[in-house]
Amino acid sequence: MTIKPLIKSLSAIAGIGMVSMAAHAATTELTVYSAVEAEDLKKYAARFNQDHPDIKINWVRDSTGIVTAKLLAEKANPQADVVWGLAATSLMLLKNENMLESYKPKNYDQLSPKFKDTSENPVWTGMDAWMAAICYNTVEAEKLGLPKPTSWQDLTNPVYQGHIVMPNPSSSGTGYLDVSSWLQLFGEDKGWEYMDALHNNIGSYTHSGSKPCKLAASGETVIGISFAFRAAKSKKEGAPLDIVFPTEGLGWDMEATAIIKGTDKLEAAKTLADWAASQKANEMYNEGYAVVAMPGIAQPVEYFPANAESLMIENDFAWSAANRDAILTQWQQRYDNKSEPK
Amino acid sequence: MNQALTQTETTNIAATPSKRPWFGRRSLDEWSLGGVLIIGVLGLFICVVLPLYTLLSKSVQNSDGQFIGLANFAKFVTTPSLFNSVSNSLWIAFISTIIVTSLSFLTAYAISRTRIPLKNTFRTLLVLPILAPSLLPAISLVYLFGNQGILKELLLGESIYGPIGIVIGSCFWTFPHALMIMLTALANTDARLYESAEALGASPMRTFFTVTLPAAKYGIISVAFVIFTLVITDFGVPKVIGGQFNVLATDIYKQVIGQQNFEMGAAVSVILLLPALLTFATDRWLQRRQSALLTSKAVPWTPPVRPLIDKIFLALMCLVSAFIVSIIAMAVYASLVTFWPYNLSLSLKNYNFDLMDGGGWSAYWNSIQMASYTAIIGTVFIFFQSYLVAKLSGFAVLKWFFHLFAILPLAVPGLVLGLAYIFFFNAPNNPLNGIYGTMTILVICTISHFYTVCHLTATTALKQIDAEFEAVSASLKVPQILTFWRVSLPVCMPAVLDIASYLFVNAMTTVSALVFLYSYNTNLASVAVLNMDEAGDIAPAAAMAVMIMLTCMVARLVHWLLGSVLLKHTQHWRRR
Repeated sequence: MTIKPLIKSLSAIAGIGMVSMAAHAATTELTVYSAVEAEDLKKYAARFNQDHPDIKINWVRDSTGIVTAKLLAEKANPQADVVWGLAATSLMLLKNENMLESYKPKNYDQLSPKFKDTSENPVWTGMDAWMAAICYNTVEAEKLGLPKPTSWQDLTNPVYQGHIVMPNPSSSGTGYLDVSSWLQLFGEDKGWEYMDALHNNIGSYTHSGSKPCKLAASGETVIGISFAFRAAKSKKEGAPLDIVFPTEGLGWDMEATAIIKGTDKLEAAKTLADWAASQKANEMYNEGYAVVAMPGIAQPVEYFPANAESLMIENDFAWSAANRDAILTQWQQRYDNKSEPK
Repeated sequence: MNQALTQTETTNIAATPSKRPWFGRRSLDEWSLGGVLIIGVLGLFICVVLPLYTLLSKSVQNSDGQFIGLANFAKFVTTPSLFNSVSNSLWIAFISTIIVTSLSFLTAYAISRTRIPLKNTFRTLLVLPILAPSLLPAISLVYLFGNQGILKELLLGESIYGPIGIVIGSCFWTFPHALMIMLTALANTDARLYESAEALGASPMRTFFTVTLPAAKYGIISVAFVIFTLVITDFGVPKVIGGQFNVLATDIYKQVIGQQNFEMGAAVSVILLLPALLTFATDRWLQRRQSALLTSKAVPWTPPVRPLIDKIFLALMCLVSAFIVSIIAMAVYASLVTFWPYNLSLSLKNYNFDLMDGGGWSAYWNSIQMASYTAIIGTVFIFFQSYLVAKLSGFAVLKWFFHLFAILPLAVPGLVLGLAYIFFFNAPNNPLNGIYGTMTILVICTISHFYTVCHLTATTALKQIDAEFEAVSASLKVPQILTFWRVSLPVCMPAVLDIASYLFVNAMTTVSALVFLYSYNTNLASVAVLNMDEAGDIAPAAAMAVMIMLTCMVARLVHWLLGSVLLKHTQHWRRR
């Protein structure tokens, strides 16, 4: 038992070594951190390699929270060369830590201002927007006789008591996006009043932003407050879901690209950042996301409303980031404590 | 053949530990073994203590790295939602500990002290939970007891998303850990004690309380502390099935992953270290009281025929096994179903991982490689070091530190260990930073993460061997390393194999620490399971989890085959 796997793994290591040496001779390798859906990574790399076969992308992919924590923890000795596809709010944290290289990609001026770091020396560039949405399970709703909500306010209707699941804003970026958007939409006082009423209907708060929609998709709850991309994906897989885009407006965040300061492959990194902002890249993002950074590109995407972009609120990211601690503390005092089971 | 492995014990009738006078200089023999012990202590210091210090020192800093005293702890105590987690955590851990400790004692007793049939089958079934990633029971529990669950009525209207789910899930995954220590504790006994008890006319009940239980008490208390600490530090189960029921481990998750607040996360981690320190103190206290059970005069014991007791234990074993099997079976079903619960047609398409990505099959092979290294390197290091700690004379201070360092990993949530490894091993001025992002760091981290249970198993097994063996060989001028090779290692072979397979299966299934440490060419299957579930691909996630479980079963089979060959050579003495 001891010998065989040893020989196998030794030969495997030797194999990996030879392959990577051979690859190294011909190409530059970039270590790219990402939170993009795993199944899309191959596509992203392949399309990029059509134009730049000499740059090999080595992906490190995980969920937004993990990738952000990993990047911050590696601050003293960064391992990533580029971040391609991470929440802009996460990149703003990295920016505050002075971890990002300032760079304007070639197409920078053609991108919608919403999707740009508008500071003097921009460090990140938006790719596409992901927005809040409500997953509504039609089969379970019919069993329980629950009407389909159309707005955020509808969710405070007492008929939904115990049938709504949303992400906990302390654990999930999506959860915080919802809370911050309600405070911006309804104003501070009305926003908290709204959440008080909503809290009475919440069955449970989850630690992940996609979980509420998964729970709705499998009938564990009727209504899950989640985001549109996940909702569309579950529906495509055959879940009996209606996707509701509340009429008041949608909180949103964007996926963005940035170069890590101190990378020793700056040229290749810039090439990738340029490509990630190109028209071709934007068309690629549009295959999954209804709203992309380059205006006039987006084609309608299945299960998304045609007016998706106009539903997005004027999101004040700076306000949202600056008040995060205070809002979360307030939120925990109001709901986390109260929601302790008996 | 397992009979041979389990049925034996003996006790030092002359209960006083042999007091060997020990003065004068140490021999060359002892100096060289002492040198190895020093290397071991240093190894643990570098792989456990320093990384943890790097992270936990942040608990007294603010986000700019300035020292702020206990401000983070003060904030923790004054935030009611955070502080509530303490009582929630204690409550959950307490209940799980009671359930797991009593069940593992009863089942271990059934295996080693009764004559029930199918012992090997039960042994195999009972360790199944350890063979699967923790997501697998979580998926099963939802499918069984969730709102669409087929056994939902059993919960009498209570929700599985909350304390009930956490307790069931925690008991499920910690049970094999407990069983492993418990079986070792009950494995060795001296028939002469039972014969004396019988000769003196003691009732079976009295024999149980005066012979069986005292001999196993070290194991029982170890199990209780290990389970308590495992449950209180685990964030996997509460995260997936705990709903909004806050526990300390999910608070760390919220602080670190949700809010990137490393300082507060570190403060909560420090609080989580307290149960481990308690474990350490208790362990030291017990060590002083534990006398060797297996003397050089030991006589193996075979359980008598007791029809009623055997029947009761058989029923218990069936019940526990049925519960475990139904959870596993549900997960296998989940991996085959097209779309739960609305399209229940079955297919194998979920096993086509290369289409799913999330690492695909290459992640699977990486995992096997990583687990093999972990098992081989880890077992050699852990067992030999435990031997030195238990059997080398002198070096008391060194041993004390070794014990402390070996117990520490138990109290550290994987999440914290993973981040600590980034901060420590990725530091530009760390001479070891070359291993960051490689397979090596994954192996080191996994060995460190699972060090404690292996160390306790090895120590429990070694403690039961009388020190007289070393004394005799010393007087015969046999080098101690030869006594190790000829006596200790063969006698403890069952425990050594247990440790190796424990490390292998845990390396296959663990996620929490490694999720921060894998790199682009070291994707792991267990991480792929988590990511596929995160992406909503529940059925493929269950399928990959089932693949991991099958692999671990194969490893167990190898363990068993190897065991039967080796034990035939090494365990003859257990038969009369």
